[in-house]
Amino acid sequence: MTKQEIEKKVELIKEISGCDPYKCMKCGKCSGSCPAFNEMDVKPHQFASYIVNGDIESLVSSKSLWKCLTCLACIERCPRSVQPGKLIDAARQLVERERGGDYLHAEDIPELLDDDVPQQLLVSAYRRYRR
Amino acid sequence: MQRIGVFVCHCGTNIAATVDVKKVVELVRFEPGVVFADDYMYMCSEAGQEKIIAAIKEHDLTGLVICSCSPRMHEKTFRACAEKAGLNPYMVEVANIREQCSWIHKDREEATEKAVILARAAIAKVNLNTPLQEGESPVTKRALIIGGGIAGIQTALDIADAGYEVDIVEREPSIGGRMSQFDKTFPTLDCASCILTPKMVEVNQHPNITLYTYSEVEGVSGYVGNFDVKIRKKARSVDMSACTGCGECQAKCPLGKMGKIPSEFDRGLRTRPAIYMPFAQAVPAVPVIDRENCTYFKTGKCGVCAKICPSKAVNYEQEDEIVTVKYGAIVVATGFDIINLDKFGEYAYNESPDVITSIELERLMNASGPTGGHLERMSDHKQPKDIVFIQCVGSRCDDEKGKPYCSKVCCMYTAKHAMLIKDHWPDTNITVFYIDVRTPGKNFDEFYRRAVEQYHVNYVKGQVGKVIPQPDGSLLVQGVDLLDNKQIMKKTDMVVLAAAVEPNKGVRKIATMLTASIDNNDFLTEAHAKLRPVESPTAGIFLSGMAQGPKDIPETVSQAGAAAVKVVGLLAKDKLKTNPCTAKCDPMFCNGCSTCANVCPYGAITYEDQQVRGPGVNETRRVAVVNNALCQGCGACTSACPSGAMDLQGFSNRQITTEVDSICR
Repeated sequence: MTKQEIEKKVELIKEISGCDPYKCMKCGKCSGSCPAFNEMDVKPHQFASYIVNGDIESLVSSKSLWKCLTCLACIERCPRSVQPGKLIDAARQLVERERGGDYLHAEDIPELLDDDVPQQLLVSAYRRYRR
Repeated sequence: MQRIGVFVCHCGTNIAATVDVKKVVELVRFEPGVVFADDYMYMCSEAGQEKIIAAIKEHDLTGLVICSCSPRMHEKTFRACAEKAGLNPYMVEVANIREQCSWIHKDREEATEKAVILARAAIAKVNLNTPLQEGESPVTKRALIIGGGIAGIQTALDIADAGYEVDIVEREPSIGGRMSQFDKTFPTLDCASCILTPKMVEVNQHPNITLYTYSEVEGVSGYVGNFDVKIRKKARSVDMSACTGCGECQAKCPLGKMGKIPSEFDRGLRTRPAIYMPFAQAVPAVPVIDRENCTYFKTGKCGVCAKICPSKAVNYEQEDEIVTVKYGAIVVATGFDIINLDKFGEYAYNESPDVITSIELERLMNASGPTGGHLERMSDHKQPKDIVFIQCVGSRCDDEKGKPYCSKVCCMYTAKHAMLIKDHWPDTNITVFYIDVRTPGKNFDEFYRRAVEQYHVNYVKGQVGKVIPQPDGSLLVQGVDLLDNKQIMKKTDMVVLAAAVEPNKGVRKIATMLTASIDNNDFLTEAHAKLRPVESPTAGIFLSGMAQGPKDIPETVSQAGAAAVKVVGLLAKDKLKTNPCTAKCDPMFCNGCSTCANVCPYGAITYEDQQVRGPGVNETRRVAVVNNALCQGCGACTSACPSGAMDLQGFSNRQITTEVDSICR
């Protein structure tokens, strides 16, 4: 992602969630509340810093995106109105919105085929955007 | 026609970086009345002031316009400077081209234009200025302290020791405040009572101090040096002069054994009788009857306390008494309480008696507390083997549940609690969940480190999400260790919440009576955050202790001393200069309608019959008269007056419209 793309995504996450990740004081009340904590690779208290640091790529490709139960505990208890549950939900929506555009259609593949592209990449591309 | 001098200050680069000072000088030179204009790096400096004095003499100036910082900052300086050169100080106007211009603009051209406009308005005003004379008002050499906690006690003692009379008004039956509830104090672990009780006794015995306990301030009128304060002495139902404080009545009150009335002093951890002293060392050692709960006052039957009192001090007929006392200065030392925890349901405070606040823990550890200083769980009276402390409960919150500020004292008292518990019961396992450990202060961080290094208190960086009471009576704590990146599920016996502090509930009412400003959190505002930290912007009102902001005991005592010095500085004066910018009524136009008297917040306007003579008028009629000693120059009457008879000296209607005209020119 270019810098501009990252900035755009950060803005989009802020807009969708209505939350300001800069308000996070890293108290960890979210992670201390989360029932899915042990399933997550990126922990709830880290969501805000991933966004602040522009590491959107890691966030949207994290397991946490799909492990969040949307139980709202962190949203209810966050003392700083950062509400990590809303942030991760916004990241999830970002992925969902892009799905259509990024979807790899089978008929397009011959055109994309290039001797330099490893087969594995194509397979993983299918997997990644599989419903 | 005035001969006006205009002086434009660079204020280093504060003004000069955004405003073209030289250009301002060139442009204002041609304004009507201006005979001299100049600029200087720092107008308020000695050299700058000398420049002004020289110009006044050389050019025979009759009025000055200083284009500089806010008049709140240096108006006094420049007025004194004009006076030195023989000019009436009220012939000086300050055009604020720093706070209201250079600091808030980025574009140099726009800022310069605005600075010229502001200068022009001030010049137009000075053209209409008239010399004003300051009056004098006497100073009542007596101070009032509202609140009898450690802040109020220390302020009172310092003022009284300086030789002035002081009254303390305390809402509760005894002085002592929050500190009297504490067990030990950080960082030296002196016992709170041991250091507080002697001060309470000293206050009680000091010839210059009068105590009004179980009393409240009902109304305040007047102004700096001359406040009239109405104090309601609530009926104690016990004759203060007859009572010996023997305590018989408390012991025999039938309600005491029924255990129905929670003791406020013990935060509801034990009950008290209807006739009671809040604690054994209470000052004065005279009980009060809580009339809301007393059987005699509810049903007319009982009367046990009156019957058994050996000195016949109990008096059911006693009534509230209202006294009015004059004071020169008032100190607000109303203190703090902790927030209500109803909104923090996740910590199960209302569900489990073993989830307690830190003040409750203080009572549980206090030798005179409900358990005699033996730490035990309120549910089964067993000694807890494992305790979890949760920091920042309601502090540093961004939402409406808590407070945005750091409560400042919790990190230290938690370290204190942990060490005291470990000292008594070394096998107790203690975990502290913290966000940051904030221990700035002399010997403070060393104190906290001792808890970790010497007492092996387990500090976990992270917060608790939920406390879940278990069927077996224990508490399950779900939290996180952020440094380990692991969630913690831990069974414990007791949870202690470091609840945020907040100003005492009554402070809003008191601030309103005093016209002293408070901030969004109900803390009293200081006149200047850095340079006048113990004074309210309202003259004659001073601040002491937690009422002004979170602070610990050492800081409170220092601030109390500072407030006392300010009070003494005021009381030491025999006379105060009064503001000559007061309202004035032109009897020619006044029709005695009373509108002005109705809006006057200071009660400065009265009416009298006056002979009014003028073109076509010669009659005796009722007109408004302003008491210059009471008038604070707020201007409410001038805008309310329907006939335009009321005018404010120094800010006359004509002066203000001229200023507006010159801005719009």
